Amino acid sequence: MNKTYGLIAAFDTTPELYHACEKVRDAGYSQWDALTPFPIHGLDAAMGLRRSKVPRFSLAGGVTGFCTGMGFIAWLGLYEYPLIVGGKPMFSPMFAFPVSYELTILFTAFATIGGMFFLNKLPMHYHPVLKAPQFVRAMDDRFYIVIETNDPKFNATATRDLLAKAGGKDIVELEA
Amino acid sequence: MGAHASNTPAPAILAEVRPAVMPRPTLVENHRDSHWITEKICGLVEGKTPVWWWWCFGLASIVASFTVSGLIYLVATGVGVWGHANPVNWAWDIVNFVFWIGIGHAGTLISAILCLLRQKWRTSINRPAEAMTIFAVVCAAIFPVFHVGRIWFAVLPGYLFPFPNSNAIWQNFRSPLEWDVFAVSTYGTVSVLFWYVGLIPDLGTLRDRFTAAGNLFKARIYGFFAMGWRGSNRQWSNYEMAYLILAGISTPLVLSVHTIVSFDFAVSLIPGWHTTIFPPYFVAGAIFSGFGMVLTLMLPLRAICRLEDLITQYHIDCMCKIILATGTMVGYAYSMEFFIAWYGANPYEGFAFINRAFGHYAWAYWIMISCNVITPQFFWFKSVRENTTLVWILCLFVNVGMWFERFVIIVTSLARDFLPSSWGYYSPSVVEIFTFFGTFGVFSVLFLLFIRFVPIMPMSEIKAVIPAADPHGSSKH
Repeated sequence: MNKTYGLIAAFDTTPELYHACEKVRDAGYSQWDALTPFPIHGLDAAMGLRRSKVPRFSLAGGVTGFCTGMGFIAWLGLYEYPLIVGGKPMFSPMFAFPVSYELTILFTAFATIGGMFFLNKLPMHYHPVLKAPQFVRAMDDRFYIVIETNDPKFNATATRDLLAKAGGKDIVELEA
Repeated sequence: MGAHASNTPAPAILAEVRPAVMPRPTLVENHRDSHWITEKICGLVEGKTPVWWWWCFGLASIVASFTVSGLIYLVATGVGVWGHANPVNWAWDIVNFVFWIGIGHAGTLISAILCLLRQKWRTSINRPAEAMTIFAVVCAAIFPVFHVGRIWFAVLPGYLFPFPNSNAIWQNFRSPLEWDVFAVSTYGTVSVLFWYVGLIPDLGTLRDRFTAAGNLFKARIYGFFAMGWRGSNRQWSNYEMAYLILAGISTPLVLSVHTIVSFDFAVSLIPGWHTTIFPPYFVAGAIFSGFGMVLTLMLPLRAICRLEDLITQYHIDCMCKIILATGTMVGYAYSMEFFIAWYGANPYEGFAFINRAFGHYAWAYWIMISCNVITPQFFWFKSVRENTTLVWILCLFVNVGMWFERFVIIVTSLARDFLPSSWGYYSPSVVEIFTFFGTFGVFSVLFLLFIRFVPIMPMSEIKAVIPAADPHGSSKH
């Protein structure tokens, strides 16, 4: 057998997983994760996760988009090719607003998705849990907790005991 | 209170507050569990292609060929093959554009606004509704792109997108038409992104099922688009935040898109167009027509794919009520337009509205009124909302009515503007009729491909609204 990535334990219901996550969190582990087929309400708190940082990317994208729209239209009307149309001003934030508004949304959308991929380290087509045979259930109707061997608190027997005591079933080692 | 009261009447003041118990409607019928949902939705993608699908696909392709031939003929000959002529220089092309873009709006409403309002019934219909949005935007985009005639000029050097033409003159950013290019292209792009983000977890499910079944070719394809999603809660945490922000920005987006579409008219000076009521009125109309189209698509899909447990009567009820509400808003806008035309005391404006109702295009006006104002009123009745065949037929009327609304607004105003010497009457050419007819085929082809190859409902979201998903154990009941 190759190097071990970690221990994986299965849970059948959402409340079992939820309470097991609280126990793993309280035991002080940091390199671990819960695999669930759908987002579970409140599981972030049960795992002790902090609020996601995606909004920072969104804000940066939105500001960039708005400035791009305003800046581009001002540059166009004032410097690049000033052209009088219907006696209207060369530049006004009024008529530049709709386009800047749309670009705010467009850039926010790209930044949000880009930020989500970046923070989630996606795309990552190889991962130890993806090749585990039981993983197909993690995307269907079963819940798993994985504790990595490189967690400073990891101990092959103590960690296994913790998962078993928390109600974990079918606890096995994952190949890296 | 109740007729069952015993001999001792209840005291006038109760000792404790007893709030009425109002059970929440179940969103998934028959206590289906997560595994059933996975099997049901994935089964539609993994199973053999059903015979009805091939028949529908063949028919839709034939219809779509009308658009293809119409457009090839247009590009080869010139925009003169369409029936536009002075004074009606805008006609079916922009009518069809506004019609299709409006249909798309219900998809974004379901996916974004109902997400922000925490309306959990959106979960089983948001994926097909978002797909409908994207395909409707595709159909809508055909018209502005092709109405420039030489379509290779639409982008570079741009008639539409901001690249200077051969005289180094740029697009006119003071014009609502240029705003519209940005609004619609942003709308299309963000709708695709939103749809794709929603798909990632379900593509992961399909990847793993194909891997387990030994179909590595399909596992690779779905796996490529799943980006290595593994449903870990650290991923879900960022994913849910990203989804919420996308919903948050799509809400002002969808409102702005039809607002800007209405600016195409409202910013001009033509009587009947130059009104401030246009933005909210267009948005309400767009949602109205969009829900009409959602039900037109969902009801047959529900029956053919046996999705009654996921698209329940409660879902149909909710959508009918939204059609009723927005249809009534549209009816209010029609009467308010008339009132303001009279109250504003502008003779041209007043004439434009009298002419709409009683002029040469009165037939179109009264089709619009009966389809858009009278049809939705049937949805006040529970017995109507529970009769799916009747709901489907009424929704067809909604679709027809909303097409006529755009026709009435655009064509009647242009055909009768300020000077009687410039009045005219517009009739579409055969090429125009074929091109528009074919867009229903284009739409159907895309939608059929979607229901064959993509999980048609967001499994991860539906699983999250069944009772078993509650981490605090309401699964006991």
